[in-house]
Amino acid sequence: MLITKLKNQQELDRYFEKELFVFKCFGCKEVYFPEEEIGKLIIAKQSEVSGIAEVDYLCNDDFSKRYIEKNMNEIKKARGIVVFSCGVGVQVIAKLLEDKTVFPGCDTHYLNGFQGLTVLDCDCNQCGECYLNYTGGICPITSCSKSLLNGPCGGAKNKKCEVNPEMDCGWVLIYERLKKINKESILKDKNTLVRDFEKIIKGI
Amino acid sequence: MEKKSFSEKLKEGRFVITSEIGPPKGTNIEPHLKEADHIKEKVDAFNVTDLQSSVMRLGSLATCRLLVENGFEPIFQITCRDRNRLALQSDLLSASVLGIKNILCLTGDHTTLGDHPDAKPVFDLDAVSLLKVATDLMNGKDMKGNELDGKPEFFLGAVVSPGYDPVELQIIKMEKKIEAGARFFQTQAVYDLKIFEKFMQKIQKYNIPILGGIVLLKTAGMAKYMNEKVAGVSVPDKYIKMMADAKKEERPKVSIKIASELIKGMRGLCQGIHIMPLGWERYVPQVLEESGL
Repeated sequence: MLITKLKNQQELDRYFEKELFVFKCFGCKEVYFPEEEIGKLIIAKQSEVSGIAEVDYLCNDDFSKRYIEKNMNEIKKARGIVVFSCGVGVQVIAKLLEDKTVFPGCDTHYLNGFQGLTVLDCDCNQCGECYLNYTGGICPITSCSKSLLNGPCGGAKNKKCEVNPEMDCGWVLIYERLKKINKESILKDKNTLVRDFEKIIKGI
Repeated sequence: MEKKSFSEKLKEGRFVITSEIGPPKGTNIEPHLKEADHIKEKVDAFNVTDLQSSVMRLGSLATCRLLVENGFEPIFQITCRDRNRLALQSDLLSASVLGIKNILCLTGDHTTLGDHPDAKPVFDLDAVSLLKVATDLMNGKDMKGNELDGKPEFFLGAVVSPGYDPVELQIIKMEKKIEAGARFFQTQAVYDLKIFEKFMQKIQKYNIPILGGIVLLKTAGMAKYMNEKVAGVSVPDKYIKMMADAKKEERPKVSIKIASELIKGMRGLCQGIHIMPLGWERYVPQVLEESGL
């Protein structure tokens, strides 16, 4: 199971700007979503939000494609997308909306027990400190063999991972995605990142 | 006159030469020290690799200490593959009390590439955060901000791969390494001076010493293998042909010619070279001589 918690206010304030489209996923029974806090935040940020889609199972990309089609006009106009879901939902939306900046509204924490059913090729490690806002919606923990947070190792050959030549280098994907939306400077801006494993070991 | 250290030479803007020692799989370190002794006069510092290619071997830290005792200046290569943040910080402190000042911070090859592919890969930190932690230690604090009783002094370095695609991504990471405390860089093997020159132009703004990487080619097969498998390396066809056309006994001569051509080309572009002889230490003096060094 897993729990999603709203990201801290400072981080949310940083990317809440005008004309944001919001996805709220209240999909599966295995996840606890902070519905009340999300509701309050959206009311507080009302003037910045240009549209909201309340959906379930964002992690299933067939569903997500349909949600996007249904809201296409508003999404096209939006300057960014905030996704309130577990890490998988954020990654699926980022993948489907390649030319948009996609932010995670929540951190996804690990909770012992049954895991979600609909994990496809995007994976969330439930690390409790979602990095997807820095990395163009592609998870550095699950898409990099070494789970590196501060950029690629030197091991990729022809943009493929040194561990498995069939696998794309996650950091090249992150860079190319950020370049596409002219946000590669994000990679330079942030401080040195280090994992907090206590979040996984002790939970919340 | 007191001998100048590697860092002093770099600060003075001198063209420096580093080479490397790959510790053996076992305890038989003597032949390696002897080989280093052959080129001692020409080389300013010796890198000691840290379980290179993820193969279990004699440790880098112990070998660095042996170099100090034998009058060489070592560069301690430390990777994040096998140690978590406690062990990394502790080994950095250990290096300091063992008289080792130059530290090359690396992420490290993945465990699956070596001779213990079933090992647990650590990667608790990476090259950037390791540099940051080493800088913290120099400032008298561990990475949680706890005070140290006695602080180490390091000269920190890192690596960069000029032939990496996309090179901009390497440069972003390089910038982060500089911010985290890197004071010099050694590069992946260079075989294409045009690519290297372009790279040097892009990073000129950082004004940081770069030591261009030289790997002696042994055979045409080795060159082809590197082109296919080794990240950031591409040996031009003309060098592959030169190696392929050479008779077995002529290969070292041709290899020396290629290396010295590259070194001569690099001399105007960067502040030193890092020679990785991979067992051909005996040819290093000739390479340097033909390069005019």
